[in-house]
Amino acid sequence: MNNALRRSIGLLLLAGALALGAGTAQAHPHVWITASSQLIYAPDGSITGVRHAWTFDDMFTTYALQGIETKTKGVYSREELGSLAQTNVESLKEFAFFTFARADGKKEKFLEPVDYYLEYKDDALTLYFTLPLKTPVKAKELSVEVYDPSFFIDFKLADKDPIKLVGAPAACQMKFQRPSDGTAVAQKLGEQNFLSGDNSNYGAMFANKITVDCP
Amino acid sequence: MRPESSRFARAVAIGAAAVLAAMALDSAAHVLLAQNAFGGQRPGAEPQIGGIVGWLLAKQSEFYREMSSTIRAARSDGSAVWTLLAISFAYGIFHAAGPGHGKAVISSYLVANQETARRGIALSFASALMQSLVAVVIVAVCAWLLNATAKTMCGAEKAIEIASYALIAAFGFRLVWTKGGGFMRALQAPRPAAAAHRHDHGHGHGHHHHDHHHHDDHVHDEHCGHSHGPEPAELAGPGGWRRGFSAIFTVGIRPCSGAILVLVFALAQGLFWAGIAATFVMGLGTAITVATIAVLAVSAKDLARRLSGAREGGGALFMRGVEFAAAGLVLLFGVGLLFGYVAAERVTCL
Repeated sequence: MNNALRRSIGLLLLAGALALGAGTAQAHPHVWITASSQLIYAPDGSITGVRHAWTFDDMFTTYALQGIETKTKGVYSREELGSLAQTNVESLKEFAFFTFARADGKKEKFLEPVDYYLEYKDDALTLYFTLPLKTPVKAKELSVEVYDPSFFIDFKLADKDPIKLVGAPAACQMKFQRPSDGTAVAQKLGEQNFLSGDNSNYGAMFANKITVDCP
Repeated sequence: MRPESSRFARAVAIGAAAVLAAMALDSAAHVLLAQNAFGGQRPGAEPQIGGIVGWLLAKQSEFYREMSSTIRAARSDGSAVWTLLAISFAYGIFHAAGPGHGKAVISSYLVANQETARRGIALSFASALMQSLVAVVIVAVCAWLLNATAKTMCGAEKAIEIASYALIAAFGFRLVWTKGGGFMRALQAPRPAAAAHRHDHGHGHGHHHHDHHHHDDHVHDEHCGHSHGPEPAELAGPGGWRRGFSAIFTVGIRPCSGAILVLVFALAQGLFWAGIAATFVMGLGTAITVATIAVLAVSAKDLARRLSGAREGGGALFMRGVEFAAAGLVLLFGVGLLFGYVAAERVTCL
């Protein structure tokens, strides 16, 4: 083996080891949420907000309930869960409520959540909250995506009727897309992202996308 | 080596060092500049080398999700604990690829400090052990003793997280400080002098090749006292453990969110001990992965040193440059984490 070749191999190894060591690997989910959502419309046909019902997985439910005092063991009333619900919606603000809406391609902003509460049923906590749009908007093409960009939380749309339109004009057509199985997409997009160096929005490939077309 | 080939070797080594530095800078810039489309949102974590991504992710999630059902099962069926331990072990191995487990810090530290592979392994295991211990202590004190709420626990986790990032940055700064000196000297040193003082002690002997040369032209600063940058050989020797501890502490102080969740869950199921066992087994798995990466980094550096003709001035410069870059990486990493530019595994606060 000539020197240059040996050297290159050594460097490749070093670079590889450093890349392995230094590259901050992607997170993987620690929390699973089964989501169902309603898109709320005003009588004039503009969308006013999104109402979510997010059910947490077993492990996170237990974690969240840690230290909460109840009258009856294992039974949590809405009032007893009140302060936890408040903590939840306050924390979610930092993550933009994992809800990203676009009306005709333009990003829409949400106000602070209203009507929020937690419910404990069948060993699982469900967080209900409504996100009012800052400005209700009539959109020909509306899209709402629910996902965690850093993929700490894995959002999955509920199996049955995950999305409902409430009060939408009759002509509106709703479609939604699940992030398929995730694995194949992650692999494909992982490679693409890796090659292009664009990895700022890793979780997007696990997004649940809702689109509403109102002609 | 014949003169012309050594000149060629030097040229290649310097060129390679430049490429490596550029790569390091580029990835750092990516990490630092990565901005998310959504205001206020942290940039997402960085995908690892493609192809295995999906598989790794799927495996980790699979193992993790199985943990809760296995702990539940263990309430009535004691043998499920064995399953739990097996899952935890596998999860630890896969999970160590994730951020917040300090493999970047450990590998860079080893590369920066001419550590031996054996010490790399020891450091990996010690820091993983400490990480498990911290997780157990947090949950034992907050949840078990104080019956604190998740919000309180999460506040404690956050405080520890910030402290650990500050530690990484400080640790990196110290490495840059000492390694920067070595790099500068290698830059300034006339070639023959450099060749004379540069020994190849890459084979883990760690004997006393004290380079007294350093003492002569070392620029002391008053904060430094007598402690100028330790010589690599000293570090690899028994006295180096004190420095090793700072690496262990820096890396090990931040617990894994997953371990905390598992522990709290096990506690709620009345099987805290099973959770503790799972946490330590998870740490063992993590240590194996981190140690593998660390050994890889050390061997690669050894190989690079040998191949770059370390006895030549250019080779020494090259190696000093690599060490300096590795030290810089630790600093960048710490600062990046501290200011939220580098996505780490999030603390479970919802």
